[in-house]
Amino acid sequence: MSSTTQTRASKFSLSMLINDTRYRSTTFQVIALIGLIFAMGYLVSNLLSNLADAGLNISWRFFGETAGYDINQMPIEYNNQMSHGRASLVGAVNTLIVAFLACVSATILGVVAGVLRLSNNWVVSKLMAIYVEAFRNVPVLIWILIIFLVMSNVLPQPREFRGDAAASSMWFDMVAFTNRGVYIPRLVLDDLGWVVFAAFGLSIIGVFAFRRYARNLLFNTGRLIPTFLPSIGILIIPTVLVYFALGSPIGLENPALKGFNFKGGLHLRLSLIALWFALAIYTGAFIAENVRAGIQAISYGQTEAAAALGMRPGRIMSLIILPQALRVIVPPLISQYLNITKNSSLAIAVGYMDITGTLGGITLNQTGRAIECILVLMLFYLVISLSISAIMNVYNNAMKLKER
Amino acid sequence: MSDTPNIGFVRHEPIPPSAPPIQQAGMVKWMRENLFSNWINSILTILSIYFVAKIILASTPWMWNGVWTTSSLRECREVLQGTSGACWSVLAERWNQMLFGFKYPVEAYWRPTLAFVLLLVCIAPILFQKLPRNMLIFSAIYPFLAFWLIWGGTVLTPVVVAVSLIAGYLAFVKIERLTGFATGLLSGVVAVALVLYLGSFVTAALPEFIALEPVASRDMGGFMLNLILGTVCVSLSIPLGIILALGRQSNMPIIKGICVVFIEFIRGVPLITLLFVANVVLSYFFPPGTNLDLILRVIIMITLFSAAYIAEVIRGGLAALPRGQYEAADSLGLDYPQAMRLIILPQALKISIPGIVNVAVGLFKDTTLVSVISMFDLVGMIRGPISSSTAWTGIYWELYLFAILLFFVVCYGISQYSQWLERQLRTDHH
Repeated sequence: MSSTTQTRASKFSLSMLINDTRYRSTTFQVIALIGLIFAMGYLVSNLLSNLADAGLNISWRFFGETAGYDINQMPIEYNNQMSHGRASLVGAVNTLIVAFLACVSATILGVVAGVLRLSNNWVVSKLMAIYVEAFRNVPVLIWILIIFLVMSNVLPQPREFRGDAAASSMWFDMVAFTNRGVYIPRLVLDDLGWVVFAAFGLSIIGVFAFRRYARNLLFNTGRLIPTFLPSIGILIIPTVLVYFALGSPIGLENPALKGFNFKGGLHLRLSLIALWFALAIYTGAFIAENVRAGIQAISYGQTEAAAALGMRPGRIMSLIILPQALRVIVPPLISQYLNITKNSSLAIAVGYMDITGTLGGITLNQTGRAIECILVLMLFYLVISLSISAIMNVYNNAMKLKER
Repeated sequence: MSDTPNIGFVRHEPIPPSAPPIQQAGMVKWMRENLFSNWINSILTILSIYFVAKIILASTPWMWNGVWTTSSLRECREVLQGTSGACWSVLAERWNQMLFGFKYPVEAYWRPTLAFVLLLVCIAPILFQKLPRNMLIFSAIYPFLAFWLIWGGTVLTPVVVAVSLIAGYLAFVKIERLTGFATGLLSGVVAVALVLYLGSFVTAALPEFIALEPVASRDMGGFMLNLILGTVCVSLSIPLGIILALGRQSNMPIIKGICVVFIEFIRGVPLITLLFVANVVLSYFFPPGTNLDLILRVIIMITLFSAAYIAEVIRGGLAALPRGQYEAADSLGLDYPQAMRLIILPQALKISIPGIVNVAVGLFKDTTLVSVISMFDLVGMIRGPISSSTAWTGIYWELYLFAILLFFVVCYGISQYSQWLERQLRTDHH
């Protein structure tokens, strides 16, 4: 036996599939593939026979059928005569709205809390530590429910705003906090309103151009010109001039009490606010930890070296510490954005009509097409996740330490 | 000394140090440095103290005046007569529902309580390396004991499962010595299946053998359900996560592809959609006639969910090991299973423990999501039966504060452990 295997020109034998490293990985992969195909086949055959038993089939036609239900927040045009597909689209836009709002406010909250936690003010840093620990260690669902319940129980009813001696009053006649939601003024654009926005966009470009000019001037001639106040001036003055030159083409529509409820203005429902605030506060606590870790990751020698070069503390922060800390902070920050988007599916607990509420909730229950609905729902979130990951990869590659 | 009489004064003892200026010592110095170092800090300090004082002044009387003995919210209001006070009676009356759910038999409450206490004994030797190692024997027995305590039924069911696992392990060890890892694993699985099959006759024949009153899975609820889901899913997902991580690290493209697709898919969708799958879709994939109950389907989906996250943590641990460890294992002539079990995984798992603990905390918090698919965990109990009962409609702060307290104690405890462990595992000198 052993003498035959020791001959050089050994022929291929079946045991070599396992024992020879040249073939072994192929063998395992073929086995895994066959196993996977069998498992999939088994599941699919179960699925088909179960569906046949229940008298169901897989069909996507319901997306074109009339939805027949109302959605209480419609960023795009919708009524209950439109299709299930349209309803899902409204839900998807609502998901994106709350995710965007929560991402922006969580970032602000997290950065402020993270920086303050490193402050040398004892009270403030301890308070921030309490904030971070309290919110990180309790499920976000509980925060969403609490904010929703507190707001709907504490805020006044719209009818309390009625009469001369009203129990509640609006802020500056513009904002009303009621237990049906918050009413804020809405922008009303005249025909030329877009010009003001265009002017504002151009001013932003102008600010960047000015800062670039200032930097080039510094690098070329060594002359340091002030940038902060001029930037603000460039940002604001042209827009204001255009606004008044065109005769105030953008107006505000204030909410007003009509009958038993407020009319006009923009209505932010309690469900949106509860979800938005809870996600922002909860994720803000995580972001605060990321920011703190990022700043602490930069060794103190960097600050000292910059100080030894004669830089002022503000410039040390903006030119030395932050660019390095951002490399540590941004990747976990982006994955927190991903978490916000995924956690926004908890909207269903407070009745906010995001895509989980429309497609995964009412449409699923009305049509009974569980498999199709959940598949599309998962695909929606998957597409968002994968695109955010793609952005993160691009960023990581751009910011990678260039080693030579 | 006598020949220097002109010196009028010689000090023989040192001057006692004078006290530092009042601004540079003690409380004042500390406050100047830490509270009022500049005007921004002073404003921040005063503002924070103002808000903290306001919150404490508002909440302390509310908590302190709380009523503990009434039987409905209306009675609470009558007792309080408009003064600020909490209605803690809802906790006094419904604490058992919030902890055990509303269907678990009252006379059997000692069983999950005992299981919980034993859980602490079980995980202690896993968490703390200094405890005697033979305590791990109890940790190995614990899952079967806990199953018997919580679900009841005859003691033979968990015993048979335990015996089958032991038989499988023995078969694996014996056969692996003779032929190799793959055949050893196969014969272990065969042995488990065989003993389970034979044992099913024994349990069927003796259903009353040292039996506790059986409790159906759908009767589990309250914080107990959160704890069951958390511990079961985390412990099941660690082995699965290891396999997925190894698969993702492997250089076989097909196996790597399967693992990558699985991990990225699970990590890309919210847990709620997976719970929807458990609720309405998963039963379509089982053979016709099988009727898994909801809790089991939820356990399957949450386990898959957390396995994907744990796999990513372990992959980080594997990637952090120096290349030399892999090469050293190869040069010793170890094959892949030996190298992984003896060299790579012990080190990789050790450095991924903090990450795994973080995943476990997150997962434990996420178990509250099962209330969305109408299971009555702690949040589900509060939102459902308790808030909608006529006696307690309109009460929320007291209930949610209780829930916050329970989750905070568990999660904060685990995260403090994780930080302690990171300090223990750190081998550099800071």
